[in-house]
Amino acid sequence: MKPFTYEKPRTPAEAAAATARHPGAKFIAGGTNLLDLMKLEIEAPGHLIDVNGLGFDQIEATPEGGLGIGALVRNTDLAADERVRRDYAVLSRALLAGASGQLRNAATTAGNLLQRTRCPYFYDTNQPCNKRQPGTGCGAIGGVNRQHAILGSSTACIATHPSDMAVAMRVLDATIQTVRADGATRRIPIADFYRLPGDTPNVENTLQPGELITHVTLPKPVGGAHVYYKVRDRSSYAFALVSVAAIVQRDGTGRVALGGVAHMPWRIEAAEAELPQGAKAVATKLLAGAKPTEHNAFKVPLVERTLAAALLEAKG
Amino acid sequence: MKNLHEPDQMRGDFELTRREFIVAGTAAVALTALPGVGRAQPAATTSQSALPLTKVSFNVNGKLRELELDSRTTLLDALREHLHLTGTKKGCDHGQCGACTVHIGERRMNSCLTLAVMQQGASVTTIEGLGTPENLHPMQAAFVKHDGYQCGYCTSGQICSAVAMLREIKAGIPCHVTSDLTARPQLTAAEIRERMSGNLCRCGAYANIVDAITEVGGKSA
Repeated sequence: MKPFTYEKPRTPAEAAAATARHPGAKFIAGGTNLLDLMKLEIEAPGHLIDVNGLGFDQIEATPEGGLGIGALVRNTDLAADERVRRDYAVLSRALLAGASGQLRNAATTAGNLLQRTRCPYFYDTNQPCNKRQPGTGCGAIGGVNRQHAILGSSTACIATHPSDMAVAMRVLDATIQTVRADGATRRIPIADFYRLPGDTPNVENTLQPGELITHVTLPKPVGGAHVYYKVRDRSSYAFALVSVAAIVQRDGTGRVALGGVAHMPWRIEAAEAELPQGAKAVATKLLAGAKPTEHNAFKVPLVERTLAAALLEAKG
Repeated sequence: MKNLHEPDQMRGDFELTRREFIVAGTAAVALTALPGVGRAQPAATTSQSALPLTKVSFNVNGKLRELELDSRTTLLDALREHLHLTGTKKGCDHGQCGACTVHIGERRMNSCLTLAVMQQGASVTTIEGLGTPENLHPMQAAFVKHDGYQCGYCTSGQICSAVAMLREIKAGIPCHVTSDLTARPQLTAAEIRERMSGNLCRCGAYANIVDAITEVGGKSA
């Protein structure tokens, strides 16, 4: 690990001031991803700002009938919250399908959204990686790319976003609330939060330097059957090859998003219109323009099959 | 090429560490003479660090401990290298194996993935704080009774994890295999296996570990 200085501010204003004083500083909350990357010197911030003293650790009802989730609410507590289990079950299910009990006790809501890809070429500092070191190339393209993206990838990067929670947040139309270093706040719909890799896979979301997530807000519940169906190499404690977050109403309409297939949770509204027609019709629309790699062509039929399984589960 | 953060990505460090440890043990060399033991990050001696040391104090097994540490020191390294509580093990050092599991407050955490300086004021319980050889914690006794280990390297993490995991079931926290999210979770083998998936046992003592936890959970339920 590279040396760094450390501070733990008490207020968002202090945290903002710290980011202004220390360009390149990183916020740390749960630390389960950042420390892992710092040990490998993939991340090497000169200054760490521990945000655990800022509050933002409550789940509260919003005036609009939704739920405001503090950025520091731990994954365990979010998954176990009675309102989430009852009204946003797809979110509980997605959280519980990820990581381990120990990691969920430490990991936070904002940290989960911001976790980095687990592409092995990103992790191996001996390999080229445009995400880790822009301009060096992509080892995964033409390499071992079984777990990589089939949608939205570029000639610079075929990494996937690893979060399960983010897929559920996408299907729930969550909004990400932030405070910038100058104190200004803004709300970012999750549909506008993540970026495709394009020519700059090192830029993964629309946050600005020093911008801090304070809350994630869910709109009022939409009812329906909530399903998170995750396919992975073993039945626990592994990242998704393909996952489906679905909310299906009694009349067969609903929403659906995919995980494990792109640089962001993958949701196409035109595909959702096909839900009453069944998995094949939805999959065809979702997979338009899919570019599987040498080793992950299996993900194309797996998307349809996982969708079929999820829709069957939603019928109950 | 495998997924990182997945436990089968156990690093080569582990073997080296273990060998060094055995050499140190058999030759009766004081551990302090071998700063490389445990591959602490940073090494046990922090005097070469260009950075000033950071003061931190937290409670470990009921005792207030005050340390001056390089800010890079993980809680795991603070426990093992500075407080010499070597019951907590370093397996992968990347949150993939669970050997470093301790309780922070009431909750189980991977001590390799948190910095000691982030635990100012916290209460940490390690395997040494759960029970003693003369007065075993019921979970320790059950692991002995059911032969819940072979080499023993993962055992302290398994036991710390199991004790906190039973509290999670009692508190009604659901898991991936809980069929009804709105009902109270039950202590079934499937629940135990899913909830313990963050603790790997390379000897494969899982069946006996499940038996040990089932016995303790059944008694305390």
